[in-house]
Amino acid sequence: MSYYQPEMECATRESMRALQSERLVKTVGHVYRNVAYYRQLMEERGLTPDDIRSLDDLHKLPFLTKNDLREAYPYGLLALPLEEAVRIQSTSGTTGKRVVAFYTQRDIDVWEECCARAIVAAGGSKRDVVHVCYGYGLFTGGPGLNGGSHKVGALTLPMSSGNTERQLQFMTDLSATILCCTPSYAAFLAESIEQHGIQDQLSLKAGIFGAEAWSEEMRHDIESKLNIKAYDIYGLTEVSGPGVSFECSEQAGMHVNEDHFIPEIIDPDTGEVLPDGVQGELVFTSISKEAFPLLRYRTRDLCVLTRDKCACGRTLVKMSRITGRTDDMLIIRGVNVFPSQIETVLMNAGYPANYQILVDRVHYTDTFEIQVEMTPEMFSDTVKEVEAREIELLTSMRAMLGISPKVTLVAPRSIARSEGKAVRVIDKRKI
Amino acid sequence: MTIEQLSIFVENGPGCLADLTEAICATGVNMHAMSIADTADFGILRAIVSDPKTAKEALTAAGYVVTVTPVIAAAIQDTPGSLAKVLRVLADEGISIEYIYAFITRRRGYAYVVFRVEDNDRALAVFSKNGIDTIRAEDIDA
Repeated sequence: MSYYQPEMECATRESMRALQSERLVKTVGHVYRNVAYYRQLMEERGLTPDDIRSLDDLHKLPFLTKNDLREAYPYGLLALPLEEAVRIQSTSGTTGKRVVAFYTQRDIDVWEECCARAIVAAGGSKRDVVHVCYGYGLFTGGPGLNGGSHKVGALTLPMSSGNTERQLQFMTDLSATILCCTPSYAAFLAESIEQHGIQDQLSLKAGIFGAEAWSEEMRHDIESKLNIKAYDIYGLTEVSGPGVSFECSEQAGMHVNEDHFIPEIIDPDTGEVLPDGVQGELVFTSISKEAFPLLRYRTRDLCVLTRDKCACGRTLVKMSRITGRTDDMLIIRGVNVFPSQIETVLMNAGYPANYQILVDRVHYTDTFEIQVEMTPEMFSDTVKEVEAREIELLTSMRAMLGISPKVTLVAPRSIARSEGKAVRVIDKRKI
Repeated sequence: MTIEQLSIFVENGPGCLADLTEAICATGVNMHAMSIADTADFGILRAIVSDPKTAKEALTAAGYVVTVTPVIAAAIQDTPGSLAKVLRVLADEGISIEYIYAFITRRRGYAYVVFRVEDNDRALAVFSKNGIDTIRAEDIDA
């Protein structure tokens, strides 16, 4: 069994708790001194850094939500002078306002080390060729796994997403052994490989797939088609990126890198901390970040934490697959989509918010259609004009969402309403 | 003289057109001419009817999206080459056509052609200058 940082990954519970307490106290002091937003949040609760003396005091701290991140956009939660930061990554927001996260060089090192742990847990070493076809850029997927692969010392193929023919060529010509992408893209590649009949030219042994929910059936399908072991990885830009947690050889839950991120499960309605084994909303406190530390950040993801002994030898707490969301966010082709974003585009363009979102998964690829009810204002007797308006709408949708939906115009009042309220989202994906 | 054309949004699906024509029938308005423009997702039914105002109100109330567009209907002889002559006249004047459709009439020896152009006044002037008859709404039933 190999580990990237065994002293952390296999630490005793006592030493991990001691480390978490020490880092938590330090982080709380750091943000209280340097971030007016946190100081105010804490003062509103009558808290000073002196009230946080160990992990046991974590529950006293106020929660932070995506709304706080949006309110504080762009620099409001930055805990260091801007000149200390070296990188920005970003995630899509609900009203066109994005959420940006800042990193010092050390923050990037820690993030990459977390990804390196995931690669090593998937059997990676410096002898591997890691093929990264997550998107590169503001999205954290590509940069995270790329950096992790460097830390491991593996040969890294920074493929980014798209251009399937080139992906297959590099994968076979350069004997890629570990594939990193979204599970739906992995399934798509697996199908393309079958179609090309090039299975016997592959050297793949493992895949690290994340950024969207996937099922056990999908895992088995990808594993048998590519003849690999497929591992789940979890993360979010607000906290760092992929590698917040990762699967080990047991493929049964993801180990949280809790020396950097303390997970809690809370009741989403009351905010009360729930015991291990009970499903609730996942909350993270980042305790080693310099530029952008988040205290008790509510992820809106639902899951379960467990501390059973893992056969892999790691003592890091495990989180289950994400079983749902506490809000209406959809993850489509790895991209976060909120119905309110679609509403905003429609309203801005002068259309009433009569719409329906249809999401399905066909051949492991998400389909995404937005049906919009036709209005007299939108309508014209010429196809040219109606289509021009349709394209305009599509362009605004793409700009807001970061992915391309199919926009379909439907008859007025044709979108099903239940009890007078329209059913906005029909998600037929079986995950 | 222009006449009023109804344009109605139709979804592209089995039965959509049957539903629409039944709805038009229910208004008690008669359809003299129609054409459909179709795309992958939807169609636009264009019709010349006996009472556009009543039809629009009734169809809108029934949940349809309807617009009324002024179009030009020209009466041309029902002989080979008549349409080509009219189109050449428009072409020479640089008038482009959004769409046209034709229907035969009770007026012996003539066909009516509906023109949708960008500038009705210009097209009417060109027709008039070249001796091409345009008709009024009340001519259609005659």
